[in-house]
Amino acid sequence: MAALTDLGIAGALDGLAKGDFSARELTEASLGALERARPLNIAITELPEQALAVADAADARRKAGEAGAMDGVPIVMKDLFCTEGVLTTAASHILDGFHPTYSATVATKLAEAGAITIAKANLDEFAMGSSNETSHYGPVANPWTRTGGDARLVPGGSSGGSAASVAARVVAGATGTDTGGSIRQPAAFTGIVGMKPTYGRCSRWGIVAFASSLDQAGPMTRSVRDAAIMLGAMAGFDPKDSTSVDRPVPDFAAAMSGDVRGLRVGVPTEYRVEGMPADIEALWQQGIDWLKTAGAEIVEVSLPHTKYALPVYYIVAPAEASSNLARYDGVRYGLRVPGADLTEMYENTRAAGFGHEVQRRIMIGTYVLSAGYYDAYYLQAQKVRTRIAEDFRKAYEQVDVLLTPTTPSAAFAFGEKGDDPIAMYLNDVLTVPASLAGLPAISLPAGLGAEGTPLGLQLIGRPFDEETVFRAAGVLEEAAGFDHRPDAWWEEA
Amino acid sequence: MSLDKATVARIARLARIRVEDEQLEPLRRELNNILGWVEQLGEVDTAGVEPMTSVTPMTLRTRVDAVTDGGYPEKVVANAPDGVEHFFAVPKVIE
Repeated sequence: MAALTDLGIAGALDGLAKGDFSARELTEASLGALERARPLNIAITELPEQALAVADAADARRKAGEAGAMDGVPIVMKDLFCTEGVLTTAASHILDGFHPTYSATVATKLAEAGAITIAKANLDEFAMGSSNETSHYGPVANPWTRTGGDARLVPGGSSGGSAASVAARVVAGATGTDTGGSIRQPAAFTGIVGMKPTYGRCSRWGIVAFASSLDQAGPMTRSVRDAAIMLGAMAGFDPKDSTSVDRPVPDFAAAMSGDVRGLRVGVPTEYRVEGMPADIEALWQQGIDWLKTAGAEIVEVSLPHTKYALPVYYIVAPAEASSNLARYDGVRYGLRVPGADLTEMYENTRAAGFGHEVQRRIMIGTYVLSAGYYDAYYLQAQKVRTRIAEDFRKAYEQVDVLLTPTTPSAAFAFGEKGDDPIAMYLNDVLTVPASLAGLPAISLPAGLGAEGTPLGLQLIGRPFDEETVFRAAGVLEEAAGFDHRPDAWWEEA
Repeated sequence: MSLDKATVARIARLARIRVEDEQLEPLRRELNNILGWVEQLGEVDTAGVEPMTSVTPMTLRTRVDAVTDGGYPEKVVANAPDGVEHFFAVPKVIE
């Protein structure tokens, strides 16, 4: 039998149901893999004792015939989700020692479904980054390396620890959050599946806030079916989140009929961005051909305001972040650096507690919201955001789902993007538009690029139509038959 | 619109982040670089376009105006860097 850690969520649930192994055995296997994967720097906090106790409870529930939808399946939790009594850092120095007295709704729902959290995963500080290099706890390494090279690659960001944990087969599922691509871009860089649901589908309550009008939680897994199962356990109405949407959660896995005949798939012209590498162009065309062969109808569509999505994002997200991060003042939790008076204490604490990228974004946000500049920057960005959402709305009059690449490049090496923040921001050029419009979008691994590292394709759906996204993704996954895996270099390290 | 050093210092003060004098110039260049890039939004015709305030059309829910939570001050102050009983302690504010 293959290693327990090679099983996906569906396979693990199947084996648990048949009694092939226990939740304790599965959890011990994951904890062993987590320990061996320490060179990847996946975890900020490992939770072995807690996980084994929860695993024993899961085994008892299964024996009693009361198993939940993910009962006994080990997962990794991005360290942006508050977890009661467990250190929660957002990968920031400013949250030193913060032990929440409550859990995020999504974390609670997963626990109620029986999932076992074995670690809190590393991420970019406050989820601000595309390479995991902004973490106070050091960067996460991508399990993948280039063919014939041993340069360490970034896992993408911000959900880099989550992505690496799934790609390195520590766990079959991890939670991520996506503000401008933070689930989909790391999923693409590590050869796994990442699903950002419609804004409002998953509760934001208890997730450390970055940009509240964009933040959404979602699953990261190795198969589309696993993402469907895990999203089912995460989603649902929560009165504690005022933007949570009160509508039933469909059986996402049941939507994967394998049939896309007659499905209208849009290919947006504007996503052929300047300088897109040939291997990504080719993979996109391959994806188009796969869906066409499966009976889908391909329609060229236009999303004319695409090129403005990134600048809109880099006004809206910092503006919201500057407001959300005002709470870190050294008074109620986390780090405090003394000062001569209250204001100096605030200023010293925030200078020492926030990393450079976070400080930069807070200051951009402060500026664009300040008197005299609000209309020119923030209000104009909100109006262009309306335009971007209208583009999608018009496109969905012609098509049911959109197909694009997930990223404009494969995973890059540490330091390769230099010091230019805009070069880093461009990573999100193909994921940000769907975020601004609040649309569900999935990235799935579709092949290896010229450097021998994974490339992802993205499917973007109508609001609350995750089912069509999962259906099309299932067909693409089947056609791509992606079964590559990284060499486990970290096990010898 | 290009930022000068005085404006950067003012933004830092508004954001309550201490920035040393020698950091102001590099920070000014970084912020100008980003602001110069986002200014391309000015070329989009937004006459008559409503600013987006919510991605999903929704009206905020209301509930009965009643106390539904609370009664655990020790939890509220559990993470305070400095506190006295059930209070957060800060440096003296009033002379």
